[in-house]
Amino acid sequence: MKKQTLIYDGSFEGLLTAIFQVYEERLNDVFIVDEVHYEPDFFSEPVTVYTDDGKANRVWDKLKDYKNLSKLIYWSFLSEFDERERYILEALHYVLKTQNENDYGHPAVLMLSQLTKKVGREKHRMEAFVRFKRTREDLYVSIISPDFNVLPLIAKHFKNRYADQQFVIYDTKRGYGLFYNLDSIAFIELDFNSKEDLEKAMHEEETNYNLLWQNYFSSTNIKSRVNMRLHKQHVPKRYWKYLNEKNPL
Amino acid sequence: MNFERIKEKLSILADAAKYDVSCSSSGSKRTNTNKGLGDSSGMGICHSYTEDGRCVSLLKILLTNHCIFDCAYCVSRKNNDIKRAAFKIQEVVDLTINFYRRNYIEGLFLSSGIFHNPDYTMERLVSIAKKLRLEENFNGYIHLKSIPGCSDELMREAGLYADRLSINIEIPTVSGLKLLAPEKDHKDFIKPMEKVKNEIIQYKAEKKIIKNTPVYAPAGQSTQMIVGATGESDKDIMYSAVHYYSTYNMKRVYYSGYVPVLEDNRLPALGTEVPMLRENRLYQTDWLLRFYGFDVRELLNHNHPNLDIDIDPKLSWALRNMHMFPVDVNTADKQLLARIPGLGMKSVHKIINARKYRRLNWENLKAIGIAMSRAKYFMVCNSSNFESRDLEPERIKSMILQSSQSKYQKFYNQQLSLFN
Ligand code: SF4
Repeated sequence: MKKQTLIYDGSFEGLLTAIFQVYEERLNDVFIVDEVHYEPDFFSEPVTVYTDDGKANRVWDKLKDYKNLSKLIYWSFLSEFDERERYILEALHYVLKTQNENDYGHPAVLMLSQLTKKVGREKHRMEAFVRFKRTREDLYVSIISPDFNVLPLIAKHFKNRYADQQFVIYDTKRGYGLFYNLDSIAFIELDFNSKEDLEKAMHEEETNYNLLWQNYFSSTNIKSRVNMRLHKQHVPKRYWKYLNEKNPL
Repeated sequence: MNFERIKEKLSILADAAKYDVSCSSSGSKRTNTNKGLGDSSGMGICHSYTEDGRCVSLLKILLTNHCIFDCAYCVSRKNNDIKRAAFKIQEVVDLTINFYRRNYIEGLFLSSGIFHNPDYTMERLVSIAKKLRLEENFNGYIHLKSIPGCSDELMREAGLYADRLSINIEIPTVSGLKLLAPEKDHKDFIKPMEKVKNEIIQYKAEKKIIKNTPVYAPAGQSTQMIVGATGESDKDIMYSAVHYYSTYNMKRVYYSGYVPVLEDNRLPALGTEVPMLRENRLYQTDWLLRFYGFDVRELLNHNHPNLDIDIDPKLSWALRNMHMFPVDVNTADKQLLARIPGLGMKSVHKIINARKYRRLNWENLKAIGIAMSRAKYFMVCNSSNFESRDLEPERIKSMILQSSQSKYQKFYNQQLSLFN
């Protein structure tokens, strides 16, 4: 039989549906790819996967028996790494066969754990480097463009921390955001035309607190200990755009 | 709010507070209650880093830098000719809340120069913490630095609102303290520590019986010592650190390389380099004591009163104890694995996990991400080509030094050049 390429819509449910199909149809020679990355070739037959929440849930329920593996799979998925699906499938086969979900000696499991670590680092950085600006309507807004798709992973942290404050964290790279309305978190899409609109909506005190923070940051530095190499190791330059202390007004 | 005035105060009072190196905001279990603001139950987060590479996680300020004392090592000392300022209570509250809401900080680290008397000062620090908790429903992190010599009643109240309490011993030896801060009494530092320790013990006991006992300083207490201001040895410093850890149940002891701020013939001259590498070696030693099962006497003793500057303390210990090596990574227990130079606790756990599935060889170790450049001299595994030459410690040391570009090489060279 010709090799098959399962093409899914890029959602996590889509991926789980594809995995369901692999096991249900006992496909051996198979490749899973999301529609954005799919490129037709002569050697395989394309098959479109129709995302099915029922099937996706059945796979996810099964994965609950493997706590570590299910985390590795979800977080690796959020890494958006090109070949994530291949490693996910290989690791899944291996773990279901051997039950060794913590065996980082296996190349696919190791790969997933490395992707997970990268995503984890980005999650942590966003929890640290998100900076809110307050609008006149008392909405706190932050605009980010993280390396990986970490919004779903940081939602809980911000909700716990700012239980009494309405906020939006918007990922411009992926075109969606989190909105917390004092009750629950919703995923939203905004028409995001200009950052200027946002600036116009700012609370009158916003600039002042911004300045105070920059002022604080420079006062807390000890000049005789400066070590820029160490500094950049902690805050790689591509993150400086988030930090108001690095971007004087 | 007059922002210009606040800005000026903030510059002065953040500048004066920055020599306190602690910026930890972890270890508390305070969660968000009643839909309030903040949560300190997780690991502390560094929201930024200063250019010297220190974590910025708390708004670290003094309430005032006015002080009636004249400690030689301190910028805020009475006889130093500097600008003075004082925050109002509400100003500190507003700054904390507004910084926190913007996700700049994890909370507040508040300390103060001593004005009028210790109790008067401490009372003000406590009232800020109280206001944040009770009026603002703030659950972020609060670290209060206690004022030496304040009363037990105030220490008791402080712990009801703060997550962490600290009192800096600053000078590791009693004789050093006499020399540099003659007006201060060693007992004034010890009494508040004792009180906090006892309150925490009492809280834990009561908690077992009465569930809603008000929580007391959930992140415990810490202290700081200045390194390199008086002629103390590393042994002096670490032995007193061990004393504070065990006698007062300290969560952390911090070591702060002395930054010359004043001309004073009792102290290193202005412009003397900050002993950052030494400070780093002390932290490594502290780490080995707390997490690697080392006893301080193994690392520092009569024959070896100071840490090596060119190599880390674990490697130094291993080279003095070659009879313990090589260790077989496939059979050694956790404690022994942790003693292999170059292996961190994370690597130890990786090895213990990985060897459940197969006997490990060099390739396996590399695959799970074990750095071998140091460790290879001290271990054997399921490969025959291990280091078989019977190397002398000095030889191993020079091979390791050659192959590792120490991140402190620059400092190291500078410090060495002093002896040429
Ligand atoms: S009492 Fe504290 S603030 Fe005052 S001079 Fe001494 S160390 Fe500095």
